[in-house]
Amino acid sequence: MHLHALDTYQPGESPVHRLDPRVKLVLTVLFILTAALTPDRAWLIFGLLEALILAAILASQVGLGLVQKRSALALPFLLAALTVVFARPGDMGEGRILPLPGTPWAVSEAGIGRFLSIVARSYLSVQAAVLLAATTPFPDLLWGMRALKVPRLLVAVGGFLYRYLFVLADEARRMMQAREARSAVPSNGRGGRSIAWRARVTGAMAGSLFLRAYERSERIWAAMVARGYDGEVRVLSIPTLRPMDWRAGIGWGLTLTVILIAAYGLYK
Amino acid sequence: MLRSDIFPSPSPLHIPDGFLSMGVLIVCWILSIIGIGVALVRTRRALGERQVPVMGVLAAFIFAAQMLNFTIAGGTSGHFLGAALAAILLGPWAAMLTMTTVIAIQALLFQDGGLLALGGNILNMAVIGPIVAYGFYRGVRTLLGNRRGSTLVAGFVAAWVSIVVAAVACAMELGFSGTSPIGISLPAMAGIHALIGIGEGLITVGALALVLTTRPDLVEAERAPVPAGMRWVWGGLAIAIVLTLLSPLASPHPDGLERVAEDLGFIERAQEPLYEVIPDYVFPGIPNEALATIAAGIVGTLIVYGIAVGLAALFRRREQVA
Repeated sequence: MHLHALDTYQPGESPVHRLDPRVKLVLTVLFILTAALTPDRAWLIFGLLEALILAAILASQVGLGLVQKRSALALPFLLAALTVVFARPGDMGEGRILPLPGTPWAVSEAGIGRFLSIVARSYLSVQAAVLLAATTPFPDLLWGMRALKVPRLLVAVGGFLYRYLFVLADEARRMMQAREARSAVPSNGRGGRSIAWRARVTGAMAGSLFLRAYERSERIWAAMVARGYDGEVRVLSIPTLRPMDWRAGIGWGLTLTVILIAAYGLYK
Repeated sequence: MLRSDIFPSPSPLHIPDGFLSMGVLIVCWILSIIGIGVALVRTRRALGERQVPVMGVLAAFIFAAQMLNFTIAGGTSGHFLGAALAAILLGPWAAMLTMTTVIAIQALLFQDGGLLALGGNILNMAVIGPIVAYGFYRGVRTLLGNRRGSTLVAGFVAAWVSIVVAAVACAMELGFSGTSPIGISLPAMAGIHALIGIGEGLITVGALALVLTTRPDLVEAERAPVPAGMRWVWGGLAIAIVLTLLSPLASPHPDGLERVAEDLGFIERAQEPLYEVIPDYVFPGIPNEALATIAAGIVGTLIVYGIAVGLAALFRRREQVA
């Protein structure tokens, strides 16, 4: 099986797809920034932001279910934040403390508010990031970053990563297939021999994958030099922003700014 | 297709957006940008025009190698971050850029870690990770001499330390952000990653052993002269110690506990059990709690270093006997 399916881009013709990648990148970061700066327990603002991102998802026609399914990936990390629910020292002044019957712990109202705010911010942000990746082909994201002054070298390395990720991921998958073919997996789900031995086998696979990648990079470099590569990465000329991009960028940027100001006006 | 279909479990080290406060984010971004900036200059000098193809394909390698997993027990499996292996095989600067690209693209393409939170994730896994790994690798190798066995021991130590230090940095960022009380998140993250680090160490050793056998020229042997090497050793150790020094300060309300005890006497009872998770982190006999934690941290770091040296000496003796 080839891993081109790994690509998260969903082809489409919606206005969100057609938007310039630079505008999409800036707006996504701006959206995440707005969510990050919104004060705790500003539920109205979180709701407004969710309405905005839902509208954008619907306009993009990539499917609400798909975005939600991908966004759920960030949820396990919330366990790390769950601990704030338990009486948080700094916020003790406000809100009530509810002792948990039968346990020595207590839950603070402020702590719950803080936890739910973190959930809201994190889920809003990940939806925006999913939408960006689903509506923008990766090469477009790359030149978008280049135009936004991300160091040229990092963008070039990122381009190579993307180009060879699928090649090497296929290779890794073949190696794992070969390992399974050599050593049948017992039905109880446990591998053979000791953990250290299994880890060493996996290590050897990583080692040979490294050697194949390294030698491949030498061949690629030779091929590039043969075609006149001199260490400079050159890109095709970057198109200018269309009026539509300006309108979308300024409109959404202003909306987010107004929401942020409202958030501070209402909740601080 | 979901990233999780291919990569077994999302690493708990990738912080999503929404978890870090603006102040922490700004500090992390500044430190990351300084690290990347220096690395950009250094690799240009070292690799020249080979920079892009070599680092690009090896970044793809790190990405693909994270797919490789092995069964630990039942349904859980150990897998691989790669910062230490990259630092050993490519040198610390190229490793920093390679890891930065990997982490950035994981966030952009697969939402594994947030976009704004990239500052923190890059700092933990692409700046601190490779520097500390390379420092410990050089340190253990300098102590052991230039042998096959010592390279492998050094590789294991470097991989383990890089994972644990990255986890500690991650826990502290969450602590400073007020997302997770440091008294809980630090021991939890460090504990879990002390185990995950063993898997990372074993895979790194396996990979190093294979490369040493087939292409020994690729293993960073004598590329850096000794004085420069020692600088890395001290640098790695310094970061590990600075992190432990900062850890007791990571609570945004350092006097919170006392205030709570005064304001609402009954909370004290509720608080206590949570903080008893970490009695080992406080050094007995020192009255000031922060000082005691710092002392415990330094002693802990030195003990880890001592164990590494001891293991190394053992290895050396066995090799001489053989």
